[in-house]
Amino acid sequence: MDLIWAGIKQAVRLLITADQEIVGITWLSLRVSATATAISLLLGIPSGTALALSRFPGWHLAISLINTGMGLPPVVVGLFVSILLFRSGPLGFLDLLYTPTAIIIAQVIIAAPIVTGLTLAAMQQIPAQFPLQMLALGASRVQLLWLLLCQARLPMLAAVMAGFGGVISEIGASMMVGGNIRGQTRVLTTAMVMETGKGNFDGAIALALLLLALTFGVNYLLTWIQQRGLTQQHWRTP
Amino acid sequence: MSDYVLEGHGLQMRYDGRLVLDVPTIGVHRAETLAIIGSNGAGKSTLLRVLALLERPTQGQLRLDGRWVPWDTNLLACRRRFATVFQEPLLVDAPVARNVALGLTLRRVPRAEIADRTQRWMRRLGVEHLACRAARTLSGGEAQRVSLARAFAIEPDILLLDEPFAALDPLTRDELLHDLQQVLHESRMTTVFVTHVRDEARRLGDRVAVIMEGRLEQVGTPEEVFDHPVSESVARFVGVENLLTGRVTAARDGLLSIDTGRISVQAMGRVPVGSGVLVCLQPEDLALWPITEVGAHGSSMNHLPGRITNISRIGAQYRVEVDCGQPLVALATKHTVQTLHLVPATTVMVSFTASAAHLIMQR
Repeated sequence: MDLIWAGIKQAVRLLITADQEIVGITWLSLRVSATATAISLLLGIPSGTALALSRFPGWHLAISLINTGMGLPPVVVGLFVSILLFRSGPLGFLDLLYTPTAIIIAQVIIAAPIVTGLTLAAMQQIPAQFPLQMLALGASRVQLLWLLLCQARLPMLAAVMAGFGGVISEIGASMMVGGNIRGQTRVLTTAMVMETGKGNFDGAIALALLLLALTFGVNYLLTWIQQRGLTQQHWRTP
Repeated sequence: MSDYVLEGHGLQMRYDGRLVLDVPTIGVHRAETLAIIGSNGAGKSTLLRVLALLERPTQGQLRLDGRWVPWDTNLLACRRRFATVFQEPLLVDAPVARNVALGLTLRRVPRAEIADRTQRWMRRLGVEHLACRAARTLSGGEAQRVSLARAFAIEPDILLLDEPFAALDPLTRDELLHDLQQVLHESRMTTVFVTHVRDEARRLGDRVAVIMEGRLEQVGTPEEVFDHPVSESVARFVGVENLLTGRVTAARDGLLSIDTGRISVQAMGRVPVGSGVLVCLQPEDLALWPITEVGAHGSSMNHLPGRITNISRIGAQYRVEVDCGQPLVALATKHTVQTLHLVPATTVMVSFTASAAHLIMQR
């Protein structure tokens, strides 16, 4: 118990004093994971929508691959991205290994299938006749896509949360392609592993609290956007 | 130059090579309601989707105000002259007012006009009080009213309704049917109304088109279609329960004697002696009398004695099956059933006028 208590006290102290190193680590975590999530949305929403609205030979295979990708172990991603970016690897000339960009690349590979798969599911729960009805009301192709996204916005925001949650909490890939370099690629999860390894539990607990607070804050914001204007009317009986 | 707003020429639709729609010509007059009826899977909805420019026919062309519809360019501008209501309301996840305004928003109508038209059509369809409710909280009937208001608010050149009452319970359906009839009558909106329910077509349609197995069998006023069906299949679909095949044995001054092999029927018509005909008798045209009370009537009256085989109640009336050597079905009021003591095995007289019998020539 003393250990946990000491950890919490230390965490509060670090937070109040706005410890430069801790702030840097937190900011990097947020920046890297938010960027990776944003890129995943740019890739995943169009691909999920396209998959939902089309059928082609190999469609089933594509869906199965994406569903497998949703559960891709971060260490496996870390391994492959490391090999690709390694000095003698195929993309070694880019000199990206052990940089925040490398972590972003790995996290995009983790989050993009999650966003794609959940977008696909969100789109598929819209009745098949819905697009026809929208066209019948005079929607252009672009307006139709927008209406479909609006119609699926609740599960779509769940996709954003799942994608962000997946990358902010992963460690395998960040550790392997980032290298936990102080001041450069050290993020909350890798720092926590290191502190725990050193027996520095109070530091680890402080980082854990920060990670939880960060995840909660982001999800609170997304939930607020998702549920805005709904709570009043959802199950209200007249 | 025809006065059709919308007309189809040589429309054919094939799915996987199978012909599901074959309509040589069909037209919709300005300010009329054309009801398209047919059984499930007859191709009614396919025809409606083609007319709404939502599906390109395998063959054939459409004319809108006398101009050929360009399927490859500028289809959106043409499609925006229509509005369609489907069986399911399919509202967007937003408040009712936003749903009713949707078609106008998509057309980038100025805000003030959107507000005005949305308000007006919500009132006309009786959903004004729901304006701020989320669409997902509505009942089936309310949602369908919103869907109708959404289509009317567009004030389209042509309104298309695809079985809009099919998913509603009878009471809700009747209320909405009544309101829709009134709105259509007042607004004089050009409407195509698809249904498989005969009395909906009869109530709403200025003209009725019967489509069976993808083919247009008959188009005409409700009286023409329901009282003078052109073929056996149309007759069966519009509810003619008594269909007797026979041969004309005599003709005098337009009065024909027809022998069905079991009974002889007097009918009006101009058909050569010896022709094979199908005699159509609507159950409501058959009157039942006590066997003893048949007085003197003209020779244009048919009287057939028979035994009641079955009586069942349908709605406000009774369906009485009588075996006159030939099974016939008559409709009777509760009053008739009670005063004549109609029960199975009773002998009664079935009467109908010669003009009640509609004849279809057989090949």
